[in-house]
Amino acid sequence: MKKIAIIPAFNEEKNIEKVILSIKQWQPDFDIVVINDGSVDLTSSVARQTKQAVVIDLPANIGIGGAVQTGFIYSRRKDYDLAVQIDGDGQHDAAEIEKLIEPILTQKADMVIGSRFLSQSKYKGTIWRRLGIKIFTLLNLIFLGEKITDSTSGFRAFNRRAIEILSQDYPDDFPEPETIFFLKKKGLKVMEVPVSMNFRQAGRSSLTFFKSIYYMIKVTLAISIMMLRK
Amino acid sequence: MNDVNIIRIQILAIAGSTFLIIFILNLIRKKRLREEFSILWLLTAFIFLFISIFRPLLDKFSYFLGISYPPAALFLILIVGLILVCIHFSMAISELKEINKKLLQEMALLKAELEKKSKEER
Repeated sequence: MKKIAIIPAFNEEKNIEKVILSIKQWQPDFDIVVINDGSVDLTSSVARQTKQAVVIDLPANIGIGGAVQTGFIYSRRKDYDLAVQIDGDGQHDAAEIEKLIEPILTQKADMVIGSRFLSQSKYKGTIWRRLGIKIFTLLNLIFLGEKITDSTSGFRAFNRRAIEILSQDYPDDFPEPETIFFLKKKGLKVMEVPVSMNFRQAGRSSLTFFKSIYYMIKVTLAISIMMLRK
Repeated sequence: MNDVNIIRIQILAIAGSTFLIIFILNLIRKKRLREEFSILWLLTAFIFLFISIFRPLLDKFSYFLGISYPPAALFLILIVGLILVCIHFSMAISELKEINKKLLQEMALLKAELEKKSKEER
């Protein structure tokens, strides 16, 4: 079984090496692809120097969605059976990949989300982010009748079918909550497993107050319209 | 308003809309404007020309819509035309963005592939 870790990275020169090495440490049989989303720092060369990862440099910053999708396209063309998406900033713990891929390996789910809220976790995040997550949880309950506790989590595992669908269609910005609806509408199984996440090691979270507001409006609109499509 | 003034504005309106139509057609001829983007502009310009030539039409049109001040109907037509053009632009930009994204992704993937190939040859 071919397995790959997709790491979207934008200006993560301080974190990327540690992320790559810890994935190799915990999951030696994983290939790693770093999608460098037009970073202006040394992300690309730091990642290359580890000699453990394929680095794909996007010529301009196209946003997290487009970057992750590039990873899916790559995985599909290289015929991978399983992909794990993991952030380049070190907030996701590579030791948890094992838990994340278990439901995929046992064919219980097509996509698995690592949730900060299923277990006792130190994660706080800004109040706006937590409020947003609460709203998405509610939307999930209303539209899908299912409880997803951490729909913004970018720590995920996908099987071949999910990779194929998402390589063709993936939202540009704030893609995580939309993807859940999209895959479920296509009849795929989405599951959550509890994981613990680290605080950001360096750099700043991309979410400010105004961005959070925009995030919520954009995603709510996108999801509502998706439910109208047949 | 006396008749001379009315005729003066009518001539001005006819000249203006005619100029707009010629201007747009010329842009298409020189390939500076694509046909798909010109249609809404031309439509608006022709409606204006039509109204300028057959002036009583505007009064009938505004009466039909219940607009008491006929020149306001002119603004309505213009604004509707502009809104349609703007929406058309938003659609075009969205499409361009999508194409742009695909191009960048494909280019990055090809570059990585090429890199791998040249490394293997060495």
